[in-house]
Amino acid sequence: MSNAPVKYNQLKAMLSIARASLRSILKSPSAVIFTLLFPLIFIVVFGFIGRSSMHLDIGVTKSSLQNNPIHQALASMSIVSIVPETDSTEFYDALRKGNLDAVLDIQKDAAGRLNIYLTTTDAKAQNKTIVTSVLNNIILETYKHNPAFNAMPIPVDPTIHETVIRSREYKSIDFILPGQLGFSLLSTGVFGVAFVFLNLRQTMVLKRFFATPIKRPFIVLGEALARLTFALTGALVIILIGKFLFGFTLVHGVVTVINMLLLSVLGLIVFMGFGFLVSGIAKNESSVPPLANIVTLPQFLLSGTFFPISAFPKWLQPISNALPLTHLNAAMRQVAFEGVPLYMLGKEIGILVLWGIVVYALAVRFFRWE
Amino acid sequence: MNGNNYVIEVNDLVKRYGDFTAVNGISFNVSCGEIFGLLGPNGAGKTTTLEIIETLRDKTSGSVKVLGYDVSKDADQIKKRIGVQLQAAGYYPALTLIELLDLFIGLYNVRADKKQLLERVGLTDKAKAKYKTLSGGQKQRFSICTTLIHQPDIVFLDEPTTGLDPQARRNLWDLIREIKAQGTTVVITTHYMDEAEYLCERVGIMEKGQIVAMNSPAQLIDNLLDSGFTPQRRVKEATLEDVFLNLTGQEWRDE
Repeated sequence: MSNAPVKYNQLKAMLSIARASLRSILKSPSAVIFTLLFPLIFIVVFGFIGRSSMHLDIGVTKSSLQNNPIHQALASMSIVSIVPETDSTEFYDALRKGNLDAVLDIQKDAAGRLNIYLTTTDAKAQNKTIVTSVLNNIILETYKHNPAFNAMPIPVDPTIHETVIRSREYKSIDFILPGQLGFSLLSTGVFGVAFVFLNLRQTMVLKRFFATPIKRPFIVLGEALARLTFALTGALVIILIGKFLFGFTLVHGVVTVINMLLLSVLGLIVFMGFGFLVSGIAKNESSVPPLANIVTLPQFLLSGTFFPISAFPKWLQPISNALPLTHLNAAMRQVAFEGVPLYMLGKEIGILVLWGIVVYALAVRFFRWE
Repeated sequence: MNGNNYVIEVNDLVKRYGDFTAVNGISFNVSCGEIFGLLGPNGAGKTTTLEIIETLRDKTSGSVKVLGYDVSKDADQIKKRIGVQLQAAGYYPALTLIELLDLFIGLYNVRADKKQLLERVGLTDKAKAKYKTLSGGQKQRFSICTTLIHQPDIVFLDEPTTGLDPQARRNLWDLIREIKAQGTTVVITTHYMDEAEYLCERVGIMEKGQIVAMNSPAQLIDNLLDSGFTPQRRVKEATLEDVFLNLTGQEWRDE
């Protein structure tokens, strides 16, 4: 009997579990499909058809004249939402980020002729051209094709003075990709962890591990590390495919990628907590999918994965705003397109952390080793 | 070790689950280097007893020492020195045997020759096969293989031959005897009396949480005969299993 006290290294044991588990994940088709294939299919589909956003948000300044045919014609159009000005800097900021399609300021000159001061942005190049053509169309209809105005000796039709704010183009991929990335992290976190731990428990692999000197928390850490490695690799692949195939905007390049991956880690830790919880509650393998779907489906639909939350009815928005994926998506989009640093995302990160605390408190309560 | 040669010392062991007493005050010792069998019908308390000794389950009362270590205090020391094969334990089914051995080599923090380990259990040509593609007998042999990685002093086998065909069973018997020949103590549970008779130097028979008899198989049989017992029919010199094996061969094969 060897009585020499050999120092047992828990980390080494943990890494061997992580490695085995990662190998196992890579060999499982469903993991690869959910983490990579589904998000990529959605990205391709939505990337090509684009967001059919035949909707214009037009900001109107405080000083802008409203009692004129131009303003009234615009306001009456179903595809146009008039957004009144609250704060000037905020207004132009919204324009730059692509939340507004144009800012309008209508003034009358000394001769009584209308001047339309239009500020647009190339954040949404497509909508920029639509705004201009909508305005030209209104002028055409109300003035140039109007015999009363045509008879006048001097031209009375308004002039458009367009200023274009240089900005990055906000493409549909810039909206779709962060949402799909969040969805990928959610499904791999919840489904992956729930199935794996239920399986390990039922096939007595956990018990077999207990018969070796590794401590229990290190078993969980090993499995979590494998899941994390896999999901982050998946995230990186999604980001790179988005960047090089669909022109996904990464404002600060590598720094943005790193920030997105850091957010992914946080999101994944929270989602894995749901997975642990499901594996603790589920009686058997067939009760995992319904439970996991209760967690993933509402978030998939309501967290701004496919459509901006602002498109939902008002009563639904508080529910959307309570879900963790909503805030992961929001944070991802701000980091990727606007270049917002992580420390400025206190609200989003705070809500995610809060969810993490709640979920892990529950998971620890319900987790079963046997 | 306490002057005697015992590797396992169980004294007045009790395990209760609520009102149910699974193990009711049993005591026994296992000597170094022997094959010890724990027999009994389902629900007699064999697996519970085994799992307490393996430090996988807490006891209610009594004392259990393994290799001189107390199971309640030195579980870590015990785990490093024993090999545990569980009833129907699975692994990551999509991994190959080599990959799974890597896992357990890491879990035990040892260095080991994977090829030699597989050769020992006759699975050399299955090194790159996925675990899930193995037959029942091969799975059990691999399961035993994972218990040998860290050269344990004691190996625990819980019903290793249940559900196997006669050839696979004989193969496992050879393997178990070979493990004993290397100086390793083997503790085994089984439902097959021929298996216990063939393998075990001593057996304990459990019934309703208690040990009702303990001795060598030959002595237990002699005791029964001495008490005036006569078998219901005379047993022939060979069994039907011998006929089967004689007809279908006994070599290791891909069942």
